[in-house]
Amino acid sequence: MSTAMLNQLIQDAAQLVDASEHEVARQMQICNACRYCEGFCAVFPAMTRRLDFAQHDVHYLANLCHNCGACLHACQYAPPHEFAVNVPRAMAQVRVKTYQDFAWPQAFAGAYKRNGLVLCLCMAFGLALFFLLAAGFKQALWHAPSLGGAGGNFYAVFPHSLMAGVFGTVFGFAALALTLGVKRFWATQVFKQYRPQSELQSARGAIKLIVNKDAFQEATQSALSLQYLGGGHGDGCHNEDERWTKLRRVFHHFTFYGFMLCFAATSVATVYHYAFVWIAPYGYASLPKWLGITGGIGLLIGPAGLFWLKTKRHPLHGDAAQNAMDYGFIALLFSVSLTGLALMLWRDSSAMAFLLCIHLGCVMALFMTIPYGKMAHGFYRCAALLKFAIEKRQPNNLNLSAD
Amino acid sequence: MHTRNLRCMHDAPQDVLTDAYPEEEFWQDLLKVTGGQTTEHMARRAIRESSICRDWMRKHGVRFQPSLSGTLHLSRTNAFFMGGGKALVNAYYLSAEKLGLEIRYNAPVERIELSIRMNSGRTEFVAAHLKSGERIEAKSCVLACGGFESNRDWLREAWGQNALGEWPTDNFAIRGTRFNMGVLLKDLMAQGADLIGDPTQAHMVAIDARAPLYDGGICTRVDCVSLGIMVNRNAQRFYDEGEDFWPKRYAIWGRLVAQQPGQVGHCIIDAKAVGRFMPPVFKGAKADTLEELARQLGLSEAEFLKTVHDYNAACRVGTFDHSVLDDCHTENLTPAKTHWALPIDTAPFYGYTLKPGVTFTYLGLEVDETTAVRFGGTESPNLFAAGEIMAGNVLGKGYTAGVGMTIGTAFGRIAGVEAARSAIEYGASLEGSAA
Repeated sequence: MSTAMLNQLIQDAAQLVDASEHEVARQMQICNACRYCEGFCAVFPAMTRRLDFAQHDVHYLANLCHNCGACLHACQYAPPHEFAVNVPRAMAQVRVKTYQDFAWPQAFAGAYKRNGLVLCLCMAFGLALFFLLAAGFKQALWHAPSLGGAGGNFYAVFPHSLMAGVFGTVFGFAALALTLGVKRFWATQVFKQYRPQSELQSARGAIKLIVNKDAFQEATQSALSLQYLGGGHGDGCHNEDERWTKLRRVFHHFTFYGFMLCFAATSVATVYHYAFVWIAPYGYASLPKWLGITGGIGLLIGPAGLFWLKTKRHPLHGDAAQNAMDYGFIALLFSVSLTGLALMLWRDSSAMAFLLCIHLGCVMALFMTIPYGKMAHGFYRCAALLKFAIEKRQPNNLNLSAD
Repeated sequence: MHTRNLRCMHDAPQDVLTDAYPEEEFWQDLLKVTGGQTTEHMARRAIRESSICRDWMRKHGVRFQPSLSGTLHLSRTNAFFMGGGKALVNAYYLSAEKLGLEIRYNAPVERIELSIRMNSGRTEFVAAHLKSGERIEAKSCVLACGGFESNRDWLREAWGQNALGEWPTDNFAIRGTRFNMGVLLKDLMAQGADLIGDPTQAHMVAIDARAPLYDGGICTRVDCVSLGIMVNRNAQRFYDEGEDFWPKRYAIWGRLVAQQPGQVGHCIIDAKAVGRFMPPVFKGAKADTLEELARQLGLSEAEFLKTVHDYNAACRVGTFDHSVLDDCHTENLTPAKTHWALPIDTAPFYGYTLKPGVTFTYLGLEVDETTAVRFGGTESPNLFAAGEIMAGNVLGKGYTAGVGMTIGTAFGRIAGVEAARSAIEYGASLEGSAA
């Protein structure tokens, strides 16, 4: 037995299952005896491969759940039934716990609990103020265009190297923290799941599973298409009631792809800057601009739509305690995009430096809250989807269907 | 609401349905499970309708899914709808709203007002009287209400007392809603409607004794009966646990348990059965020895050990295969276990205490193929019945998976069409005669 596995076993024994995890296990026991919802998403097929729900199973299923609401509205055991089954809510409550349990560094785990709309906006405002003061101190605030000569030169306000350094570091930390968190989550999953009584699989075996190309492709496709907001039949998911809607998926696509396009715009611009020494600003026909504008518009429509849908969301969906965190994230994405586009439009005006400071404040607030906020869901969800795709390609140890 | 599939006739593979399930085979299955207590023309009408109703269901928002895990044996005969009965009902209600129908919630009907038509002497529907006191008149009406399974007094009256002086139905759980009180069935009975069926006959399953009194639904069932043995309160076996495939037999065990003292049965399995049946919602009693299991289940240790020992000794083990009617059986044992008979000898041992769970009762209104309610053998021109209130026309006893939904869907659609036709034609004739 390898040290890693031994440690895992020790950890297993030591881990105490908390109330929210216990609740998922309880509900899964009911669902596993019913199975009416099997066609909706990946959670239920994954459930049927198990008879008991240990902590790592609960973590896995919770992150596989997309909170689409299909099973809740179909459930004969949903409140007011005494079994009080509400899978989306139980899963959401565990989900946020997994973000905390696996957070890196662990000392920051509590940040998830204190992340909220007001906090995010205050932080954006505070940071913007800080930038404003810094710019004011440099006396660049209202004079930037003239300093730049050609006008609209951000670097007259803050030098490129300063911005790239500061923002790069914060973003790099966010990416690192989330990646390490997911890595810790993954470590609890792979070894345990494929450890049937008969044969103990080695760590190498587990790694082999990870690079299975088909599984990887399937998981990628499920994530990029948000397959599991489709309800299994493609009619969509639920928002305010038992009607199906495709809007949640559409607005999420706007948000995600908008974000990715903005990210691409920045990346391309960075390459331009360092590899070709093409210094911003770029013309409207340039690639970074095109990517940024398209992405920015997406990042306005998407978050606005998600915000609007969320205000109308059925009260039984998900975990209301996380609303503040969700709204905070949505609001920051929207503000980043709004201020970014405003900055582009009024780059040549005297308000440029002012707008730049506001924009930088929003971006900084977003980057700083990313590792301990709603963004985590994407990382953990992808990991869970990958596990699902791997697992479904494994032989099922249970033989329930022969009855 | 707790339903999940409907049994469908089809002559070739269709989306979620594999192979073929022709009319004759469906009919023979039904004939077998009901022991002939069915009405052939009604049954065949439902069977034929079942082959064409799924497109209509889809049109109204119902979505189908491949057979659920653990139900692959049903992939040929039964179409499962996504999310089960509540999702189906949600879809129908949304579709009805879209068509502009007004839906009244929390509006129970207490009484149906009838009158005898002057010239023909036929009994016609006039109005429905709501509990609220409101009276709703209409040209035609479909009674689409359930059986009387939630009506404790009626169940007691129907089943009476057994030889031990017990009232068996006091120990019955109702698997569905607590609101199926049989109000309209009783009302129509009192007003002279023709009835069909035996009030003690019902779809009745042996479910976990810890199930809630109402609405336990599917998850309270225990699917390991054919993998072990079933003993009663006196630790005696009472029926062949391996008579046929579980899906063909699960619906007889409710009645079998109801006939036992105390209306309980204990399903006993050993470690070999674990992972071979659908996981039950409640954990069973678990023990490392048979003596300990007997204690946990409150059975006489001596009797229990003797029963298990006799059974084990009688097992003739061949090649165990739960997917076929295998050759593992007992010899010189009464009652025999004819398939899947493996000795109960591998710890840990598990026991599940079961009680009868009624899904729905079969006593109902006798109707013709148009679902028209009959009074003294003559059908009403404008009063129709659909669902469990008339399922007894097809199901006199017994059950086969998904046939309740077949009856409900087929005759529900027929009743709707007939009621509309009646509202147009009969309504017109009324106006004509009034003028």
